[in-house]
Amino acid sequence: MIRVVLPAPLCTLARVEREITLDVEGDVTQRAVIDALEADYPALRGTIRDYATQRRRPFIRFFACEQDLSHEAPDAPLPAPVAAGDEPYLIVGAMAGG
Amino acid sequence: MSKVRVLVGTRKGAFVLTSDGARRQWSVEGPHFAGWEVFHMKGSPAEPDRIYAAPGGGWFGQVIQRSEDGGRTWNAVGNEFKYEGEAGTHQWYDGTPHPWEFARVWHLEPDSLDPDTVYAGVEDAALFRSTDGGKSWRELPGLRRHGTGPSWQPGAGGLCLHTILLDPQTAGRMYVAISAAGAFRSDDHGETWRPINRGLRSQGIPDEDAEVGHCVHHIAMHPARPGVLFMQKHWDVMRSDDAGESWREISGNLPSDFGFPIEVHPAEPETIYVVPIKSDSEHYPPDARLRVYRSRSGGDEWEALTDGLPQRDCYVNVLRDAMAVDALDACGVYFGTTGGQVYVSPDAGDTWAPIVRDLPAVLSVEVQTLP
Repeated sequence: MIRVVLPAPLCTLARVEREITLDVEGDVTQRAVIDALEADYPALRGTIRDYATQRRRPFIRFFACEQDLSHEAPDAPLPAPVAAGDEPYLIVGAMAGG
Repeated sequence: MSKVRVLVGTRKGAFVLTSDGARRQWSVEGPHFAGWEVFHMKGSPAEPDRIYAAPGGGWFGQVIQRSEDGGRTWNAVGNEFKYEGEAGTHQWYDGTPHPWEFARVWHLEPDSLDPDTVYAGVEDAALFRSTDGGKSWRELPGLRRHGTGPSWQPGAGGLCLHTILLDPQTAGRMYVAISAAGAFRSDDHGETWRPINRGLRSQGIPDEDAEVGHCVHHIAMHPARPGVLFMQKHWDVMRSDDAGESWREISGNLPSDFGFPIEVHPAEPETIYVVPIKSDSEHYPPDARLRVYRSRSGGDEWEALTDGLPQRDCYVNVLRDAMAVDALDACGVYFGTTGGQVYVSPDAGDTWAPIVRDLPAVLSVEVQTLP
């Protein structure tokens, strides 16, 4: 069971609380987590990764275990505490004005 | 008794304003999609309680929402806008080829008869259609591929397809407008397209009467007379009496012929409205006086409508999709400003009053006339 924390606008969009749990099969990676997230909550498709490139949107950040994992490869393993469900994987709207 | 529902898209959410036919007392609901930019929302003429909305923004991209209860509650529908085949390139600001990239939806146009069919005009300029109520979208690629597409170049606001007009009398005929490419017409349900810009003159492009490259800001059509089109161009207000085959200028005595929106009175096809703006660098009204101009002669001769509008120290803009008219006997005219005001005139423009004064910057205004 993977714990994921979403930014508030995406909670509203998906109609969920800030923290949700996901079942992720196989290796726990950024790609696997977001694939599982989008499968469970189709309203979130395209909001975290660009449809065309499948890359992280520029103003989205991924944090866990007090590290910025935004620039990690999508198929790199996430930290063991995230894979074990001890620590949440934070999907964050970057600090930006506008 | 009839009532009206005004759909307002703003920089930070959407608002629904409702009133009875008198249009004096208003209720304000919102913000819906708080924090999201809502470039446009529009109701289905066939099922008025079905409303499509296009919230988006820099953080989370574009989503599409649909309401089945007149805007009280909303559900996400499809938001994948994928260009057909090889997307190709258009010109970038520096003249180099730039890949076509989806950025946002500028305009949603529900079909007049089928509530499940809706068109989306997007940036980078393309036209999409959904026939399942917005769940899935398919590009009509004939527009980008008709020949001049690779030469299109974005204006300051991006290469946006912002106007979609569906001809209610000629089956399959539709118009779109793109900044800064121009106006285009299809006579076969959007399969094939051709530019319709003859008569436009734009001093900001090398060949001022070129086939494409004109910064069309908005086009309006009266549904009972769809062969007559009115256009607010970057500069110049224009008119076509032959379904866009040719255009002539009707700016006449306007204090400035720069502006964004243009609308037609629902019962008087020769009565049109514009909001003159000082210039493309000064996006506020001439003399700091907010004036709607009305022509009752289809252009050339214009009168200023000022009663109830600020006539000093006013520096707001009115964007291209931020004006609308209702269908009541005494026509209501509505517009929203970048200062967050939404004004109504319940008497075809003679007098005005603010419905709300302090919304986020208004991006779009549509109105529904309900039984």
